Amino acid sequence: MRDVAIVGAGMTQFGELWSSSLRDLFTEAALGAMRSAGVDTLDAVYVGNMSGGQFVGQEHVGPLMVDALGVAGVPSTRVESACASGGAALRMGFLDVASGQSDVVLVAGVEKMSDGADVTTVLATASDQETEVYHGITFPGLYAMIARAHMASRGSTEEDLHWVSVKNHRHGAMNPRAQFPKAVTLDEVANSSPVADPLRLLHCSPVSDGGAAVILMPLEQARRITDRPVQILGTGMATASLALADRRDPAVLDAVGQSARKAFTMAGIEPADVDLAEVHDCFAIAEICCLEAMCLTDGCSAADAARSGFSALGGRRPINTSGGLKSKGHPVGATGVAQVIEIFEQLRGEAGDRQVRDAHIGVTQNMGGTGASSVVHVFRRV
Amino acid sequence: MAGIVGYGAYIPRNRIRTETIAEQWGKDPETIKGGLLLQEKSVPGLDEDTITISVAAGRAALDRAAIDPRRVGALYIGSESHPYAVKPSGTVVIEALDIGPEVHVADFEFACKAGTEAMFVALGLVESGRVEYAMGIGADTSQGAPGDALEYSASAGGSAFIFGREDLLADVVDTASYTTDTPDFWRREGEFYPRHGGRFTGEPAYFKHVLSASHMILERTGLKAGDFRYAIFHMPNGKFPLRVGKTLGFTREQLAPGWVVPTMGNTYSGSSPTGLAAALDVSDPDDLILITSFGSGAGSDSFVLRVTDLLPERKGLAPTVASLLEGPRRYLTYGEYAKYREKIKMNL
Repeated sequence: MRDVAIVGAGMTQFGELWSSSLRDLFTEAALGAMRSAGVDTLDAVYVGNMSGGQFVGQEHVGPLMVDALGVAGVPSTRVESACASGGAALRMGFLDVASGQSDVVLVAGVEKMSDGADVTTVLATASDQETEVYHGITFPGLYAMIARAHMASRGSTEEDLHWVSVKNHRHGAMNPRAQFPKAVTLDEVANSSPVADPLRLLHCSPVSDGGAAVILMPLEQARRITDRPVQILGTGMATASLALADRRDPAVLDAVGQSARKAFTMAGIEPADVDLAEVHDCFAIAEICCLEAMCLTDGCSAADAARSGFSALGGRRPINTSGGLKSKGHPVGATGVAQVIEIFEQLRGEAGDRQVRDAHIGVTQNMGGTGASSVVHVFRRV
Repeated sequence: MAGIVGYGAYIPRNRIRTETIAEQWGKDPETIKGGLLLQEKSVPGLDEDTITISVAAGRAALDRAAIDPRRVGALYIGSESHPYAVKPSGTVVIEALDIGPEVHVADFEFACKAGTEAMFVALGLVESGRVEYAMGIGADTSQGAPGDALEYSASAGGSAFIFGREDLLADVVDTASYTTDTPDFWRREGEFYPRHGGRFTGEPAYFKHVLSASHMILERTGLKAGDFRYAIFHMPNGKFPLRVGKTLGFTREQLAPGWVVPTMGNTYSGSSPTGLAAALDVSDPDDLILITSFGSGAGSDSFVLRVTDLLPERKGLAPTVASLLEGPRRYLTYGEYAKYREKIKMNL
């Protein structure tokens, strides 16, 4: 397998983008990535998109996007793993280049959620239709149950949840592409409207439109394009039962742990080697559970990581310097690729006010549903 | 120069509180009240509809105008809840008000803008000299689907404005209308409840059109927010009009009298017209007033009015909006509300 690097990136603003359609979001991000890499031909395209069909009535997204881009003819596949679609698309793109099959691959993620669909109903299709959705549960409800289980068995508190949101908003306030680039106070989070007890409005990532794209090349060719390629050192994916009730412990995200171990092993690193990470904070409790599963808190309790400053910019291991899903936004299919772009920029020293110093090894963790799928990638500054 | 020679409002006496509706659907009342800034809304009685509301408001307008009804040469009612799909509301109203038969009548619709639409056309007709007086009415008994957010705001009521060229209570300084094809809220023929595009009804619909029409008229007239005594905007909930008013540079004091939605609800075509009536109730000679409506689909009509010396002596000739809101009223249970709004399936 060849070494693979990211050589360019592009993304749209994340938010309620009334004037941008699904294909507009894709082309804006894709053209940005191609320009950033200075390429105008592609060998293959992978598009992460959870549900063009249910959100805007559009399936067959792979060929549509290359057509919209003006390169119809290029092999293009839509990759779906609910909210992990973006990460899963990166994995497919990585394997395509690593295998020697393609030299220039565009990996993109895109979602258009604000076009009138019943978002709650569409997102619920990421959980088990027969044993969960049929009985009326929605995603906030499922994560609320995870939070309750975690609080009962592992002692996390509602205040621990508030701190995750406060931290991520503090980071997001420095991200011009974030949907909510503004800080929130502990009180604002604690008093925000109840959504599904114990989760409140400001514990939940928003409904967003957005697109994000990166260009992958073999590392040896990458140096022709840029003097700062970012190598993909490891990729790992794991799955778990869709239904929360079928997990061994609802407070533990086993797929996240397994996907991280696989990626770290492939990359030849330990958790302690990770300088920064983007993890899947679809709800505040998710960040806590993901950090625990990935052993990224070095003895500091994952529930305390935000409050203590461990996971804040300037702390021991900054988590979600982009603002996370909470502040940056969560256009479902685009999220996994947007996480990659944050690490890409951080490792190249291009993160501006959000820059983590001496960042060498970065990690992204992208999760689908309540953790039924998880994709982890490890990146290295070259 | 043409303007308002008489105005009047009517709000039904039945009310339902926000918490009564919230508790029905298992929602937290304080969250709803804080989010939408709505306390309660009016509910039409079983024998009330857009026609009866228009008659009451029209009578009040005629009382303030102190003119013989037969001098009204045109009567227009804007509503999205005309009782008939085919049969004009206006014909019943003219008979009830002793207007006509030498009169032009038409029903208007454009979601919540139909009232100011009727006013715009009435004004234009009078300005052209084709009729001596013309009445424009905005009235509605709007529906919200059970469990939908609109249920907290959709209410009933309306206001009538008579336009003429002499003895004005308020002169119309200018008008401006801004219209695009923006499908934010609609109801197909035959459907009982309307549908809407969620958050799409905000920035691309309400705010875009209200701001555009308001900016247009401010530019045309060379006026700025500080020149006005009061400003009234369409009120789909408590927050939108305050936000748009603030964006345009108006203070809470300027918005206060016309901001009737927290206790009236959103009377759709009657919304900004009734806000205007409420502002006129407390205005003084020479005051400048801005009103900008909004109708989904979408469009906004803006008017700038200047109050004359005649208003003080005519105000008291009919009930004020405040007296209708704070006067005798009856609070309903959700069951009574559902019955009155015909939300209960009956085998009839």
